[in-house]
Amino acid sequence: MKTIYLIKYAEIGVKGKNRYVFEDALVKQIRFALKRTEGEFEVWRAQGRIYIDGPDDYSFTEDLPQGNPIDEQLRDQLGRVFGIAGFCPVVSVEDDGFDKLAEEVVSYMQRTYKEGEHTFKVFARRARKSYPMESPEICMELGGRILDACDNLSVNVHEPEIELNVEVRERIFIYSRIIPGLGGMPIGSGGKAMLLLSGGIDSPVAGYMIAKRGVSLEAVYFHAPPYTSERAKQKVVDLAEKVSIYTGPIRLHVINFTDIQMAIYEKCPHDELTIIMRRYMMRIAEHIAKETECLGLVTGESIGQVASQTMQSLLSTNEVCTLPVYRPLIAFDKQDIVDVSEKIDTYETSILPYEDCCTIFVAKHPVTRPDPEIIRRHEGNLSEVIDELMEKALTDHEVIRVHG
Amino acid sequence: MIYLDNSATTKTDPKAAELMLRIMTEDFGNPSSLHQKGVEAEGYIREAKKTIGGILKAEEKELYFTSGGTESDNWAVFSAAKTGQRKGKRIITTQIEHPAVLEPFKELERQGYEAIYLPVDGNGFVDENALAEALSEDTILVSVMYVNNEVGSIQPVSRIGSMVKEKVPDAIFHVDAVQAFGKLPILPGREKIDLLSVSGHKIHGPKGTGLLYASSKVRMVPYLFGGGQQKNMRSGTENVPGIAGLAEAAKLSYANLEEDRRSLYALKDYFAKELTALPDVEINGPAVGQQETADAADRTDAPHIVNASFLGVRSEVLLHSLEDREIYVSAGSACSSHKQTGSATLRAMGLSAGRLESAIRFSFSVHTTKEELDTTLEALRELLPALRRFTRR
Repeated sequence: MKTIYLIKYAEIGVKGKNRYVFEDALVKQIRFALKRTEGEFEVWRAQGRIYIDGPDDYSFTEDLPQGNPIDEQLRDQLGRVFGIAGFCPVVSVEDDGFDKLAEEVVSYMQRTYKEGEHTFKVFARRARKSYPMESPEICMELGGRILDACDNLSVNVHEPEIELNVEVRERIFIYSRIIPGLGGMPIGSGGKAMLLLSGGIDSPVAGYMIAKRGVSLEAVYFHAPPYTSERAKQKVVDLAEKVSIYTGPIRLHVINFTDIQMAIYEKCPHDELTIIMRRYMMRIAEHIAKETECLGLVTGESIGQVASQTMQSLLSTNEVCTLPVYRPLIAFDKQDIVDVSEKIDTYETSILPYEDCCTIFVAKHPVTRPDPEIIRRHEGNLSEVIDELMEKALTDHEVIRVHG
Repeated sequence: MIYLDNSATTKTDPKAAELMLRIMTEDFGNPSSLHQKGVEAEGYIREAKKTIGGILKAEEKELYFTSGGTESDNWAVFSAAKTGQRKGKRIITTQIEHPAVLEPFKELERQGYEAIYLPVDGNGFVDENALAEALSEDTILVSVMYVNNEVGSIQPVSRIGSMVKEKVPDAIFHVDAVQAFGKLPILPGREKIDLLSVSGHKIHGPKGTGLLYASSKVRMVPYLFGGGQQKNMRSGTENVPGIAGLAEAAKLSYANLEEDRRSLYALKDYFAKELTALPDVEINGPAVGQQETADAADRTDAPHIVNASFLGVRSEVLLHSLEDREIYVSAGSACSSHKQTGSATLRAMGLSAGRLESAIRFSFSVHTTKEELDTTLEALRELLPALRRFTRR
C-alpha cells in the first residue's frame, strides 16, 4: 500500500478533441511547479487522468493538513497551478483478491473517519475489465462490509457526505477526499497577452486573473527617470516575479516614458495629462504586444476607481487600440482586489512607498469626463514631436526576464 | 563618481580595512580564549580603548563597544530610564533627534514615562528656555544630539550639560554624537555628558560598529545576557575586527582634526555661497554666511553638512537627476502623493511646504574636493532651469 495523488481538473474535460492540448499543458505546468520542491516525483497520465507518484517506495502522508515537509511543499505547489480543480490523496493497493481489498477499504474508512457520524456512498469504477466483479457488485459488497465494521457510518445514496471512490486499474485506488485547487485553465492553453504592469495593487492581480484562464503573459512597465526612482522599477520587477510564480516566466518590457511625459506636460492641458499619458501607454503597449504575438492587452482598471478609470476615460483610452483590452477587475471593489493581492502575496510589495508617477505629472483636478473629440484635438499639439519620441521609446526599451 | 552623502555612510578607510582583514584572516582569536590567540585578540580591544579613551579623555572602563549608533542610543535611553525609574518618570529630548532616540522614547511613553520633546528654532537649535522649564525635579534623563544629521546644527551641549547638572544633579545626560564624533573635539567629562553614542561607519570605519561611552559615575544596566563579555554589561563575543577598524578610523579622524576642520569649513562656505548665488535656493539650518569669519572652534554649524532647498524642484527628482550624473546626495522627502513627507527636523524648524519638499542634503568628507563641488554646482546650474519647467500645477 502506498499513497499517491490524483489530479482532478476543472474544465479541461469538456474541451472535446482539443482535450490533449489542455492535458499536455497541465502536465507541463505541474512538472514545472514540482521542480520547486525538494522531492522527486513522477507525473503520469492514464485513461484521462493525471497522477503524481513519489519515487519507488515513497508514500505521501495521508493525513491532512500536516504531512511531512516534502508533502507540504507538493501541496503548496499544486495549490498554485491553474487548471487543477482539486487533488486527492489516493491509497493505492495491490490486487490480492476481493477480501483483501475489502479489508483495505474498511481500514481506510476507519482511520480517515474516526470521529463523528457520517453518511457515505461507494463509487466503483472498473477500468480493468478483466476484474471478476462488476462495478455495482463491488459497490454493494464494499458498502456492506463498511457498515458492518463502522458504527459511525451509514449509507446515503442521494446526498452522501463522503464519496468513497474505488477504482480498479492495474492496482486499485481508494480515495474520498479532495484538496481544492485554484481552478481555471493551465497556462499555455490560451495564448498570450500583454499586461500593463505598474507598482500598484491592481495590475499584478489583473495579470494573475487573466493567467488563471490559461493565458501566458508578457508585461510592460513605464518608468520616468529622474521622476521615478530605480527602486520603483525594482519594485515592479519584484511584483512581476511574484506573479510569475503562478503565470510562468514573464518578459517585462521597460519603457522610458520621461520624454513623452514631458512633451505632454508642455503641450497639453494640465487636467488632461493623465488621460493623454494613458493613451500613449496603451499605444506603446499595443505596439509591443503585436511584435511579441500577444492577442490582447490586460489592465488593472476598475470602473470609477480614479479619474482615469471612469467610463468616459476608459472610452478615451480604449479607442487608441485595435487589440481587445481585457480588464478582469472592471467590476471589483478595491477591497476585493486587496484580498486577492494578499492571497497571491503581492500586496506587501505593492504598498512600498516608491511611486510610479511623480506627483508633478498628476493634476490636482484631472478631468473625469474627457470628451474624446477634445482629447484627440489636444493630442494634436504633440504632432511635431510625438512620432520621434515614440520611436525612440520603442527602440530603447529594455527587456527583463523574470520567473518566480 | 562624486559622493556627497557622507552623513548617510562613508567609504571605509583602506588602513582600517587592511587592519580588519588581517585580524579576520590571521589574528582571528576569541578574546575570551585562554591561549595566545585569545590574548592577541584582546590586545586589539585594549589598543582600541586606549585610542578612543585618548580622544574622549575617558577611562577605558567607561567604553563599551556596540553594533552601532542605534544600539548605543537604545541602550543609553533604556538603561537611564530603568536606573532612574524610582526617582521619576520624566524624560526629555528634542524634536529633531534621530529615530534611534525618538523611537525608544515613544516606547518608554507606552510604558508610562512622561516624555517631553523640546522644540527648535528656525535654524535647528534646541530651545534652551524650554529645556529650563521642562527640567523638573523628577527628570531622570535628558537626551540631546550633538550635531543634527540633517542640517548640521551643533547643539549647545556644554551649556545644556551644565544646566541639567545644576537643576537636577541626578538626571542622566545622554548625547547622540554620531554626526559629531570625528568632526569636532568632544570631551564628555568637561561637557558633563554621562552617556555618549558613537557610530563607526560615519567616520570611515566599518558598518555594524559603535561605541557607548558611559561615565563611571553612571550605573548601567545590561540588556544582552550571555558569556559576560565587556564586564557583564554587553555579552557576546567582541567584534574584534570591527572594534579595531572603528578605533583606527577614529584615530585617523582626529589625527589632523583642526586642519581637516578648517578645510571642510572652507569647502562648505564656498559651496554654500555658490548655492545661494543660484536663483531660488535657500540654505536650511545655521546661517552659513554669518559664520565664515568666526573661528572654527566657535562655529555652531557642522563642517560637513549643507542642507539647501531648491524651490520648485522636488527633492527626489533632483536627487535622481544628480544620480544620473553619478553625483550622490540625500533627499529629505520622498516623492509621494499621499503621505506626509518632509524630514521631521525641517518640519520642527517650521520651514514652509515649498522648502520641505525641495530640500537636499550635501554631506562632505575629508576626501571631498573643490573640483567635485564645482562639478556639482555646474550640474545644478544646468539641471535646475530644466527641472523647474515641470512643477505640479
